[in-house]
Amino acid sequence: MKPIFDVAIIGAGVTGAAIARRLSSFKLSVALFERRTDVSFGVSKANSGIIHAGFHHNPSTLKARLEVQGNSLFDRLKAELGFPFRRVGILVVAFSPEELKTVEALYEIGSANRVPQLEIVGRERILSLEPKLNGDAVGGLWAPTGGIVEPYRLVFALVENAQANGVSLFTDWSLAAARRADDRWLLVSETGETHEARRVVNAAGLYADEVSGFFDAEEFHIIPRKGEEFLLDKNAAGFPSHVIFPVPARNSKGVLVIPTVEGTMMVGPTAVEIEEKDDTGTTTENLDRVFSLAARMVPGISKRDIITSFAGLRPTLPGDDFFIDLSRKAPGLVQVAGIQSPGLTAAPAIAEYVKELLQKDGLELTEKPDFVPTVGHSSKVVEMNFAELDELARRERAFAHIVCRCESVSEAEVVEAIHKGHITLDGIKFYTRAGMGRCQGGFCTYRLLSIIARETGMPVDQITKRGKGSTLVVGRIGDAGRDMEDGSNTLGRAGFAPSGRKRSGSGD
Amino acid sequence: MLEKTYDAVVIGGGAAGMAAALAVREGGHSVAIVDREAYFGGILMQCIHNGFGIHEFGEDLTGPEFAERFISRVLGAGIDIYLDTTVMDITGDEASHVVTACGKDYGVLRLECRAVVLAMGCRERNRGNVAIAGTRPAGVFTAGLAQRLMNLEGYLPGRRVVVIGSGDIGLIMARRLTLVGAQVLAVVEILPYPSGLARNISQCLKDFSIPLYLSHVVSKITGKDRVDGVEVTPLVEGNPDYTKSFRLSCDTVLLSVGLIPENELSRKAGVPLNDDTGGPRIDANLMSASPGIFACGNVLHVHDLVDYAAEEARRCGEAVGRFLSGVSAKQFPLTAGANVRSVVPNFYAPDRENVLYIRSFIVKNDAILSLQIGGSEIKKRKLAHIQPSEMIRLRLQPADFPALRDGRDNLMEVAIR
Ligand SMILES: Cc1cc2nc3c(=O)[nH]c(=O)nc-3n(C[C@H](O)[C@H](O)[C@H](O)COP(=O)(O)OP(=O)(O)OC[C@H]3O[C@@H](n4cnc5c(N)ncnc54)[C@H](O)[C@@H]3O)c2cc1C
Ligand SMILES: Cc1cc2nc3c(=O)[nH]c(=O)nc-3n(C[C@H](O)[C@H](O)[C@H](O)COP(=O)(O)OP(=O)(O)OC[C@H]3O[C@@H](n4cnc5c(N)ncnc54)[C@H](O)[C@@H]3O)c2cc1C
Repeated sequence: MKPIFDVAIIGAGVTGAAIARRLSSFKLSVALFERRTDVSFGVSKANSGIIHAGFHHNPSTLKARLEVQGNSLFDRLKAELGFPFRRVGILVVAFSPEELKTVEALYEIGSANRVPQLEIVGRERILSLEPKLNGDAVGGLWAPTGGIVEPYRLVFALVENAQANGVSLFTDWSLAAARRADDRWLLVSETGETHEARRVVNAAGLYADEVSGFFDAEEFHIIPRKGEEFLLDKNAAGFPSHVIFPVPARNSKGVLVIPTVEGTMMVGPTAVEIEEKDDTGTTTENLDRVFSLAARMVPGISKRDIITSFAGLRPTLPGDDFFIDLSRKAPGLVQVAGIQSPGLTAAPAIAEYVKELLQKDGLELTEKPDFVPTVGHSSKVVEMNFAELDELARRERAFAHIVCRCESVSEAEVVEAIHKGHITLDGIKFYTRAGMGRCQGGFCTYRLLSIIARETGMPVDQITKRGKGSTLVVGRIGDAGRDMEDGSNTLGRAGFAPSGRKRSGSGD
Repeated sequence: MLEKTYDAVVIGGGAAGMAAALAVREGGHSVAIVDREAYFGGILMQCIHNGFGIHEFGEDLTGPEFAERFISRVLGAGIDIYLDTTVMDITGDEASHVVTACGKDYGVLRLECRAVVLAMGCRERNRGNVAIAGTRPAGVFTAGLAQRLMNLEGYLPGRRVVVIGSGDIGLIMARRLTLVGAQVLAVVEILPYPSGLARNISQCLKDFSIPLYLSHVVSKITGKDRVDGVEVTPLVEGNPDYTKSFRLSCDTVLLSVGLIPENELSRKAGVPLNDDTGGPRIDANLMSASPGIFACGNVLHVHDLVDYAAEEARRCGEAVGRFLSGVSAKQFPLTAGANVRSVVPNFYAPDRENVLYIRSFIVKNDAILSLQIGGSEIKKRKLAHIQPSEMIRLRLQPADFPALRDGRDNLMEVAIR
């Protein structure tokens, strides 16, 4: 018989992952359900990666409180889980006396939110803090507690640690219906698989409204707000040492210049409300707009350094606050919805808050004496000197085999990622950085395909970029020829030639 | 850590690396080749089409056939070989260099040498470099990656294909895909003229009735998980006219939008680069501004013919030999003038033979290539047709140079009119 889970979490983004990891320290059976092939493939993979300081949002909001609290939890989290995170600090730059007034207002908000070490700085100090800034800057706000993180690595580490502490992870598992039976919920997947759980946490990001509907719980409507970002190569001119913010406009924090932990640079995001929850396309107009806004702050940046661009969708609710509460309509359901920015920052605090809500709902929490808060350290070629690499390669030859030249990722690292369940190209890319550098997989893709095939036994034509429908190659050479033999000549075929597997239009 | 010492170490075992190493060896010096692949030949091994070797061997060979002729010589020449081994770092000073590499068979490898030859080839420009809007589904490949998947691994990347850019690899791949039964719907080129060789336009597109859209761009890629189409937009007076956009449904997009010399290692080693070519700045001996570090082949500048890459590499290997033997010659700077996008090398040696590789900025019939020193023309050559995609090669003998006075800069300018 299948176990009945004490808590089922729907959605393995940063929110669900942080909750799962928090709950894994108690004597509970916990399951984490994710519709995508890998964790962190939703909003949590495509964002600015900033651990905000907490001076943007009004103290009366829930998100302001969780943002500041979340920020303060990151040092310990990093010490335990070892994901890439650095407190580089945030600068808000003003270019006019009016903008300085807004800076003062931000300072007031930050102080009310109890952001530590916040400081209004004059022209000279801001330019010495960040020499790459446009010399026309007149002053600004300095928040040294702000930081940057690699968001997917944070999620991977949280999930890995949660699993090590007993959480069951189900990927490619999409909740499609929920039925109340006695004191528990029967959860039914898109493919008809079922699991039972006494309590459920809805952390489904953009689809939290849909999931709420499955439980006949609160009715709300998540509005996606798109943000386009551009990633610039390492060594790009204009690389700042801090996160650079403009003085914010009404609805968003504006276009930022962001150093990443790995030494690349990001500019963006835009903020546009859209209809479709899977519309992550980017546009040329926004490219021009983002660059002109960013160049105003940091003149050195150049479009020539772009290595890729992407868009993420913020799951917003009217009123723009987080909605985190016990459902008033569905028993045993915790809603964690509207987790837009600063969701990444707030995640550890959200986890704490959800834990308290579950407790309030009667969930008994007993600490596990054998809870292990840390994950094992994985060796990475980029982090080693040659003597260390040689030493390691003596024991494991695959460390001396470089698979990704741009980011110096070895075969051993790729194999580790695969063994930890990351079997798509994107999953491996986010886990190891193979394919994330300047050549964008032009070199390593074929190597990755053969390693995935070897390690998993999967035929190459079933390996995907990021799960269902995203296969890389359509078959072996000769397959197209075979089409011709059986009369359905590809050359004369009008429509798309399906490769035999479902091509999903939307929804997965 | 395995430690070895050589007179010269060649990084890259493609056509250029092999030709350079052979010349160094023939000069009586010890030399090693390091390549990150498990085989020699570099990019040639995936170029299973013909069109190689016409100048070098007077024969029309395939890429692997061309490579094979060098490989068999390399194997018999007493050259040390490190395959499946990636060079990670070049350090050192004028007197001696250290090439650090790693590979499954050796762990970390430390090669000390007096001369280094950079022959790392180039990589392809990708979608990010040309900023194409739209979604990021599977099915978008650089043409060279698709070529590798097909010709070395045996996989079919897709069935309905649009090729972006009319570079040679894209043209060759349009034909290759057609031959295995895929349908190539279009080759879309932003420029008003193709960027690949004329013979490839005719043999790869015209012969197979594949449409070439000049002055068009792919303005958007669509599809959620896998590509489902592209939006194509014509340029009107240089700007996209979106009222005339049309859609092509396809499952695959190939990008053939240029090559970038692979100089991350060089840059890390502090070798100064030339903005016009993306390769190191080199003197008349193909030596970079970092003494003892030489460059040849596609890492120096993108060649369209392997024959020239090999020729250049041979000359580079000979120059390495002279460097190792302490022979030098006087040289003066060389620069690109009107209508010239790039010229390699950046110096000339009037007492020796010089070979100049020139790319024009313009497309023109009956052009004149003109060389001037201190304002006076020393040589000119009529060219029936020039275009940026076809490299111009010019050989200069000592007799071509007037008596040059010492103490002057004697700057030579290459111009096209
Ligand atoms: C452009 C942009 C920039 C941002 N920048 C920052 C920043 O700098 N700092 C910051 O703190 N925050 C930032 N954010 C916000 C942050 O990214 C999000 O708040 C956070 O990632 C939300 O995480 P989540 O886990 O709630 O959602 P998600 O990551 O979307 O996770 C939800 C998961 O639920 C799954 N799911 C959905 N429906 C089902 C179902 N029926 N069954 C099973 N699984 C399901 C989804 O597949 C998904 O994986 C940014 C957001 C955007 C878009
Ligand atoms: C698709 C295509 C079609 C072509 N068609 C023709 C044609 O029809 N006729 C013709 O004459 N020419 C053609 N060419 C051009 C010709 O093939 C090239 O100019 C020539 O092969 C380049 O040789 P190379 O040695 O400079 O570079 P490559 O062949 O690219 O060799 C570089 C080598 O360096 C290695 N390397 C790189 N970095 C490292 C490192 N860090 N450590 C170790 N090893 C490293 C690589 O593995 C590679 O083996 C074509 C080229 C392409 C790409």
